[in-house]
Amino acid sequence: MGLNQYLILSAFLFCTGIYGVLARKNAVLVLMSIELMLNAVNINLVAFSAFREVVAGQVFALFVITIAAAEVGVGLAIVLLIYRNERTSDLDEVDQLKG
Amino acid sequence: MSGVVGAAVAQNIAFYVLAVAMAVAAIGVVRSQNIVHAALYLVVVLAGAAGLYILVAAEFVAWVQVLIYIGAIVILFLFGIMLTRAPMRSTGSLDNSQRWASVVVSLFMFGVITALLVDAYGGKEIKLNDRLVALGNTNTVGSSIFRDYLVPFEVVSMLLLAALVGAVVIARRD
Repeated sequence: MGLNQYLILSAFLFCTGIYGVLARKNAVLVLMSIELMLNAVNINLVAFSAFREVVAGQVFALFVITIAAAEVGVGLAIVLLIYRNERTSDLDEVDQLKG
Repeated sequence: MSGVVGAAVAQNIAFYVLAVAMAVAAIGVVRSQNIVHAALYLVVVLAGAAGLYILVAAEFVAWVQVLIYIGAIVILFLFGIMLTRAPMRSTGSLDNSQRWASVVVSLFMFGVITALLVDAYGGKEIKLNDRLVALGNTNTVGSSIFRDYLVPFEVVSMLLLAALVGAVVIARRD
C-alpha cells in the first residue's frame, strides 16, 4: 500500500477543514472543521509511524487526540459564554473589537 | 506468496472504500445546512480514520480514536449544539459571504500539498509484516509512553487537568 494514499487523503481532509474554518458562520461548526484538520494530522502521524516502523508516531497521535479533547472542552466553554452574553453563536455578529 | 498479494489487494480495496466514505462525509461536514447532520457526518469521518488505523495495524490508536473522538468529543459537540440552541432548520445560510474565496484557498492548498507529496514520497510503500503488527499493540505503545515519553505524558495530563478546570471556570454561571 502506497504511503501517498494516506498522505493525500489526509491532505484532502485538511483542506476541507480549512474551507470549513473560513466559510462557516456558526462557532460550533468552525470547531468541527478544526477537528477535521486535527484528524488529518493524526492520519499522517500514524501513516509515517507504519512507514518508518517506529512507534513514536502513534504515541504522538495519542497526544494529539488528548490535546483535541482539551481544545474542544475550552472552545465549547468559550462558545457557551459568548452565547450567554450575546444571545448568538454566529461569528459574524461577534464584532465588538471592530473599530 | 499469493496470500500476501491477496492481503495487499484486500487492504487497498478497504482503503479506497474508507477513503471515499471519508471524503464524502468531510464535504458533508463543511457543506451541510443542518448542524446536527454535520455532527453526524463528523462521526463518519472519525470512524473512517479509526478504520484506516486498523489497516496499518495501529489497533490501540484506533480504539482510543473510537472511545475519545466518537464517544466523548462528538457528544460534547451535541451538547454545544443543544446549549447554544443552534438553528435546526436553516433560518439563513450557515455559510458566510467568503465561500468562493475559501474554495479557492483550500483548492490551492490541496494542489500545493499534493504536488509536494507526490514529489517527495511517490512510490514509497507501507509494507505489512509482523513487525508492523507488533508495533501497534497496546503492549508496545504503552511501554513506549511510560518509558520514552513519560515527561510529555505527564505534561499532557497536567494540560488536560488545567484545560478542564479552565472550561469549568469559563462556563460557570456566577
